[in-house]
Amino acid sequence: MKTTASVNIDVHHLTRVEGHGNIRVNMTNGVVERCEWQVPEAPRFFEAMVRGRHYSEVARITSRICGICSIGHTLASVKATEAALGIEVTEQTKKLRRLLKHAENFDSHVLHVYVLVAPDLLGAPSVFPLVETHGEVVACALRLKRLAHEWGSMIGGRTTHPTTVVPGGFTKLPTVAEVTVMRDRLLEAVPDLAATLATVRALAPNIPAFKRPTEYMAVTSDEEYGLYDGYIQTILPDGDRARYEVADYRSCTNEYVVPQSTAKFTRNRLNSYAAGALARFNVNYDRLHPEAKEVAGSLGISPICTNPYMNSVAQVVEIVHSAYESLHLMDELIADGIADEPLVAPTKAGTGASAVEVPRGILFHEYTYGEDGFCTGADCIIPTGQNHANIQADFTALLPWLIGAGKNENEMRLAFEMLVRAYDPCISCSTHYLDVEFVR
Amino acid sequence: MGKPKIAFFDFTSCEGCQIEFTNYGDEATLELLKHVELVEFREAMTETTDGPIDIALVEGSFTRDADRDRLLEIRRRARYVIAYGACACTGGVNALKNHQDDFSEYVYGDDSVMPHLESGTARPISAAIEVDYEVRGCPMSKDELLLVISNLLHGTEHVVPSHPVCVECKRRETICRYDEGDHCMGQVARAGCGAPCPADGIPCEACRGFVDEPNIRALEKVLMERAGFSQKRAVGKSRMFTANLRS
Repeated sequence: MKTTASVNIDVHHLTRVEGHGNIRVNMTNGVVERCEWQVPEAPRFFEAMVRGRHYSEVARITSRICGICSIGHTLASVKATEAALGIEVTEQTKKLRRLLKHAENFDSHVLHVYVLVAPDLLGAPSVFPLVETHGEVVACALRLKRLAHEWGSMIGGRTTHPTTVVPGGFTKLPTVAEVTVMRDRLLEAVPDLAATLATVRALAPNIPAFKRPTEYMAVTSDEEYGLYDGYIQTILPDGDRARYEVADYRSCTNEYVVPQSTAKFTRNRLNSYAAGALARFNVNYDRLHPEAKEVAGSLGISPICTNPYMNSVAQVVEIVHSAYESLHLMDELIADGIADEPLVAPTKAGTGASAVEVPRGILFHEYTYGEDGFCTGADCIIPTGQNHANIQADFTALLPWLIGAGKNENEMRLAFEMLVRAYDPCISCSTHYLDVEFVR
Repeated sequence: MGKPKIAFFDFTSCEGCQIEFTNYGDEATLELLKHVELVEFREAMTETTDGPIDIALVEGSFTRDADRDRLLEIRRRARYVIAYGACACTGGVNALKNHQDDFSEYVYGDDSVMPHLESGTARPISAAIEVDYEVRGCPMSKDELLLVISNLLHGTEHVVPSHPVCVECKRRETICRYDEGDHCMGQVARAGCGAPCPADGIPCEACRGFVDEPNIRALEKVLMERAGFSQKRAVGKSRMFTANLRS
């Protein structure tokens, strides 16, 4: 490794991420004094706040953990409540929820890839100057964003804190006519998807070639790509897999406190693991839609990909997967019709856990309810919380890699910022506060 | 004259109201950008400014003393401050913990004594600075935000509705939640959203706060007598998004 005299990077409140995060790297005469990822977000205490709340209110409160992933939080919350209360929802409910989950993934990934990541690869500070220089790319992004918002709203009532998704089913169902209109609009968006792929393909050479093998964790289903439901599966870089039941999620998340810091980290078989699109891609590649697999090939990503920057490329693969899977789900709904179904009532009281994939990775909710239907305890483990230890481990490996590549301080700062952005962190959740402090 | 400068700022929140802003899609975003200049929006852009701002849009509630200086600085630079979203306008769901004294111990256990976990009362930003306009709701109504900005650009005074949500349900001919065997808080909830929740089959939870001088005792009585709630549930329900608006 080359020795660089000094590096001093201090990014206060990193931009183009949700929530607040800081990057601090100090090196003097080749000696690393500090290389850390900090999260100064104000804690919000959702797990405490839902205590004493009726089960009908809990998902409406916990959806407010996150504005971007609020569909996923709502689904995780109602699924955990249903598990606790012995509610088995209908196949139609599951199908509509899967379609809603795809809308969220598509929506969030479009926003992340185009608005938050693309400016780095195009050398722009944000998407707004691109309106002048890359007008059609921006217009395409906004069209896809609006489509996803209206597709999610058709099922969830709205996409920020959905209204219709409640324990036991839906309070309002879309009509077959609405689904048909949305199916046609999604089909019409295929040229926009092709334009997205062309944009990403052109920008792909600007993605750093950094690699750091780690463990990858995702929801897996024997039938499908496992966004809405399934069990927990992890894969190591050598392909070794492990399976865990959702109810035992604590046995693979293992929250712990780092001795020299106040941070709660998670770990499983290695000292950190990754969640998110790249983790899902690595764990569930075989169950991707054939169109998505083809896109993956054309974008040069294959499992097991150990470059964390490629998370954004995995998101593009998932955009295509969600589009084609949703066309299939919409076709089924149009063919079968949508029946007016009453909400399924509770059959018991107790504790229940759930796992759902949100755009940023695997999300766990768990609640306990008393016989009166009021919540007595809650636990939520968010994807970004699970990724913090992995981001920190990437930081530790990235600094010598950048020095070895002869990067200057500005290039290093951008590389660190891009790394964090690639994870698409969603720090505003702050159900579990983290303050990463590594001092060497 | 250049375009008015608009900046977004966020405090304790889920940032869902900023996401609502992105939900305009191609329909309104490109049109809006013809009329205003975005100068700061941390969630979507790297550019920042320390110069004067015409309209500062502030999301999130005020929960730490450390946030006060940032808010004062925003006020100093901005001609108009718009609080948008329930967290900024009333404290939102963040205020649910204001009625608990063990929230930190419950979430952090033995670590809860650490100083960086300090979290004070969740308050609206008007507890720290003067606010010119409020766009309420969880999430805020994006159409209402466009209307407020449009009114400001045209020099028209924005009128904030103070009638209850029930009026808007009647206008769109939504069957009353009580007639469906459910409960609702629309009688005392401030309108302006267009009453989407009852139309989607769920009760109004007053995410926009209450009308002026709401009769809370009557609300609790209705929740007990017509929805069959226990007193505990009626009181808890009536605090869902409005924990800050009374003792």
